[in-house]
Amino acid sequence: MKNFCDLINQLDETTKTNAKIAALAQYFETEDEKNTTWAIALLTGKRPKRPIKTADLKIWATELAQIPYWLFDECYHVVGDLSETISLVISSKSNGYNIALHKIMEEILAIYKQTDTQKKEWLFTYWENLVPNELFIFNKLLSGNFRIGVSQQLVYKALAKVHNLDDKIITHKLMGNWLPQQQTISDLLHNADASDFSKPYPFYLAYPLDKPFDDLGNLADWQIERKYDGIRGQLICRNNEINCWSRGEELMTEKFIEFQDLINQLPNGVVLDGEILPFKNGKMQSFNEMQKRIGRKNVSKKMLQDVPLCMICYDILEYNNEDIRTLPLMERRKILENLLANYPNNLLHLSPVLITDNWENLNNLRQEAKMLGCEGLMLKNKNSVYETGRRRGNWWKWKVEPYTIDAVMLYAQAGHGRRANLFTDYTFAIWDNDLLVPFAKAYSGLTDKEILEVDAWVKKNTKEKFGPVRSVKPELVFELAFEGINLSPRHKSGIALRFPRIARWRKDKKLEEINTKQDLLDLLNSTNLPLASANEE
Amino acid sequence: MLLQFTNKGIYCPQAALYIDPWKPVNKAIITHAHSDHARYGNKNYLAHTHSENILKHRLGNIAIETLAYNQPININGVTISLHPAGHIIGSAQVRLAYKNEVWVVSGDYKVKHDGYTVPFEPIKCNHFITESTFGLPIYDFPETESVNLKMNNWVKQNASEGLNSVLIGYALGKAQRILKGLDTDLPILLHNTIYQTNEALQFDNSRYLKFNTDYKNDNKNPHIILATSSVLGTSWLKRFEDYKIAMCSGWMQLRGTRRRQNLDIGFVMSDHADWQSLNYAVQATGAENVYVTHGYKSLYSKWLREEYKLNAVEIDTLFEGESVNKSMDEDGQEEKQILMP
Repeated sequence: MKNFCDLINQLDETTKTNAKIAALAQYFETEDEKNTTWAIALLTGKRPKRPIKTADLKIWATELAQIPYWLFDECYHVVGDLSETISLVISSKSNGYNIALHKIMEEILAIYKQTDTQKKEWLFTYWENLVPNELFIFNKLLSGNFRIGVSQQLVYKALAKVHNLDDKIITHKLMGNWLPQQQTISDLLHNADASDFSKPYPFYLAYPLDKPFDDLGNLADWQIERKYDGIRGQLICRNNEINCWSRGEELMTEKFIEFQDLINQLPNGVVLDGEILPFKNGKMQSFNEMQKRIGRKNVSKKMLQDVPLCMICYDILEYNNEDIRTLPLMERRKILENLLANYPNNLLHLSPVLITDNWENLNNLRQEAKMLGCEGLMLKNKNSVYETGRRRGNWWKWKVEPYTIDAVMLYAQAGHGRRANLFTDYTFAIWDNDLLVPFAKAYSGLTDKEILEVDAWVKKNTKEKFGPVRSVKPELVFELAFEGINLSPRHKSGIALRFPRIARWRKDKKLEEINTKQDLLDLLNSTNLPLASANEE
Repeated sequence: MLLQFTNKGIYCPQAALYIDPWKPVNKAIITHAHSDHARYGNKNYLAHTHSENILKHRLGNIAIETLAYNQPININGVTISLHPAGHIIGSAQVRLAYKNEVWVVSGDYKVKHDGYTVPFEPIKCNHFITESTFGLPIYDFPETESVNLKMNNWVKQNASEGLNSVLIGYALGKAQRILKGLDTDLPILLHNTIYQTNEALQFDNSRYLKFNTDYKNDNKNPHIILATSSVLGTSWLKRFEDYKIAMCSGWMQLRGTRRRQNLDIGFVMSDHADWQSLNYAVQATGAENVYVTHGYKSLYSKWLREEYKLNAVEIDTLFEGESVNKSMDEDGQEEKQILMP
C-alpha cells in the first residue's frame, strides 16, 4: 500500500507527462506483480463494487472522529470530496500499517458480503492504523470512484516501456473484461487468451475540426457522414455470442439486450463500430429517450417496446475473425456495406454517406444537423486505417454551433474537488410571464478569474442558505449554450436542456432582457426529429 | 459591557479606544501588522514593541506608542496589557480589565510554536474574542519540525535534479518562518517585498540575495527562491525555469486548494490555530462568553455552544472570507482568503 500511495503522490505532484510516465514505469518495474496488476486495473478505471454504503461511511467517520454529524457535513461541503473529508477528520496519528495493495483489494471484494458489524470493525482497523495520506487513498479505493490525475493512455505508455511492447497493443490487450484477482498483467500482455470472446478493440476517436477546408485538400478524399447523438459502441459477434461495449469501456450486453437477436443473423468473427440510439417507427429518437435505457439496470418488456435501440454502423474492425483495422477506410466500408446487405435485419443500419461537390455545400449540410437530431458531420479520410484513441489528421468531427439562451442565476452551490469551497455550480432561471422559473444547472465555462468574481458576488448577495445551496439576488445574467431541448415532467420548468454550460457572462445584460420560457418552447417545436436514414446517398 | 462591536471595529467606551479598527479613529490598539488588522489613518496607535518598525514601514510616519508583553497600563480605570499571540512577530492578544470584567481580544493567533515567534500564552478571562480561520476539524496542522523536514527534503531533491525550488509564502510572518526553517547551503533569493519586510523587521538579511540587485540570469546552480503569491501565474517565474514550486499555507491541507494553484507540492504551514488549537485555547482561557470572528464563525460558535456549553456567538467583521476585499494587498488578506491565480 505504501508504494502505491507513493506512486499516487508522485503522479499528483507533477503536471509533466514524462515525469508521470517515469513514475508509473518505475512502479511497474519494482513492485510485486499482484500489486501492479491491481494498480493498473484501478488506474484504468476498473474497480470493485462499492462495498460499504456512503451513508454508513459518514456515520462511522463521525463516530471515530467524535464530532456531530452536522459538523461532518459542513466539513464535507468545504472539502468537496468524501474520502478526503473522512481522512482529515479522523486525522490518524498512526505510524503506518504495512499491507499489500492486492491484500486490501481482496479484502474489499470479500467484505462486500459481510454484516454491517463486521464491515465496521474491518473499516476501523484501517482507519485507526493508516497514516493520513494512505487513509485518503484507502477511502478512495472504497468509494468506487478512484480517479487520479492520470489518463489510461499514460498507464499504457508506461507499460509499453516496461514490457517493450507497442502501446496500441497494450491498449487492445487491456480492453474488455479481465479481473485483477484472476490474471496478472504478464498473463494479459504475453499469454494470448483465446477464451475471451467479448474483447473489444480500442476506439478510434476524432478530433474537433480546427482548421480551414483548404488544409483538408480534395473533398473527394473524404467520406462524409452525419455525427449521431447516441452512444458510441462496438458490437462483437464471436463464437455465437453477441457482446456490446460502450466507448466508456462498459459492457452493455445486458442493458442493450435486443442485440442478442443478432446471434443467428450475423456471421461469427465480426466486430462493428457505430452509434447506438433509440429508433422507433422508422425514426431516430432523441438522446433523452436513450437516457431512459442507460439508467436502467434491468430492462423491462415495456421499456424494450417504448425505447427500442438500433445501431447506425459506420465501421467494421473484424471480419471473418480477422482484424482488418489496417485496411483503408474505403475497403472497410465496402465490407461493411456487403455484410449489411447480405445479412439484412432491423437492428443494424448503415450510416449513410453524404455526397456533395464542394465544401460550401458541405457546410450547409452541417447546418441541417439539428433539424435531423444530429450533432454535425464526421469527416473521415478514405485511406485512413482504424487507429487507437484520439488522434489528429484523418478523422474530424465538425459539430454545429450550440443553441444559446440568456438566463439569470438563481442559486449557487460550492463545487467539488478542484473547485471545492468556491461557488461554481449555478442554477439558472428564465421568465415565465412575470415569474422566474429555474430550468437549468451549469457549472463550466467560466475562467478561474470569473469564478472568483462570481464567488465573491454570491457571498455578498446571498438571500437564503439551504445547506450548501444559496439563493441569490436575481441579477447576474449568463449566456448558456446547450445541444438540445426536450419536454420533461421531472423539471419544474417542464423543460430539460441537453448538456447546458455557461458560454459567457453577459455583464451587459439586465434581468429584464433574459429569455422567456416561450422562447424555449418555440425552439422545441421547431426541432422535430424526422426520418433518419433518408435518401442521402 | 466593557467592549462593544461597532461598525468601526471593537470599541472600549470606558478607555475610548478601538482594537484593530477598520475605519480611522482617534486611538487604536493594533494586535499585529497584517494590513487587515493595521489600517491607515488612525491618529494614535498602540502596539507591541516588535510591531513598531514594520507598522511604520507599512503605514508611514504614524504616531505610535509601544508596549512589551505583560506590561499593564491604565487608561481611565481600564487595565490594558499585551500578551503573546504566537501569530507573527509582534503579534499580541489584548487583555482589558475593568472592575470584575476581563476581556481578551486574541487577534489572530496560533498555539503551535513556529520556532521564531514568541509562543502563544492563554490568558484567563470572562470574555474571549477568537478568530476561526481554520475552525473546522479538517484542519489539523503538523508540527513545525515535521513540515520543515519535508520542505528541506524537497529542496534537496530538487537541487539534486538541478532544479530551482520556488517557495511561496506571505511576506510578513510566513517568509521569516520559512527562512528560519530552511536548512541548506544553497543560495537563497528573496522577492523584493520579502527582502524589504525583513529589513523593517531587522531580520538578518546578510545570508540572502535580493532579487532586483543580486539576481543574474546566467546562474546555473540550483537556487531557492522565496516569493509572495503575487508572482503566481505571472511571467516573473519564467526566468527560474526549470523549477519546482511549492506554497506554504494552512490551506494546503486541502487537495483541491493545492491543485487549483498548479503547484508541485503544498506545505501545510500556517500562522493560525488549527481545530485542536482553537479548542485548547478557548478552554484554557476559562471564558464563559466567546465571540467568534472571521472564518467559520457560525459553525465554530455552534460547536462551542453544543460541545462545551459556552455562551458563544458569531461576530461580523469587515475582513473575512465572506467579503473579499479586492483592494487589499496580498498579505493583508493573509490566509483569510483562499488564493487563486
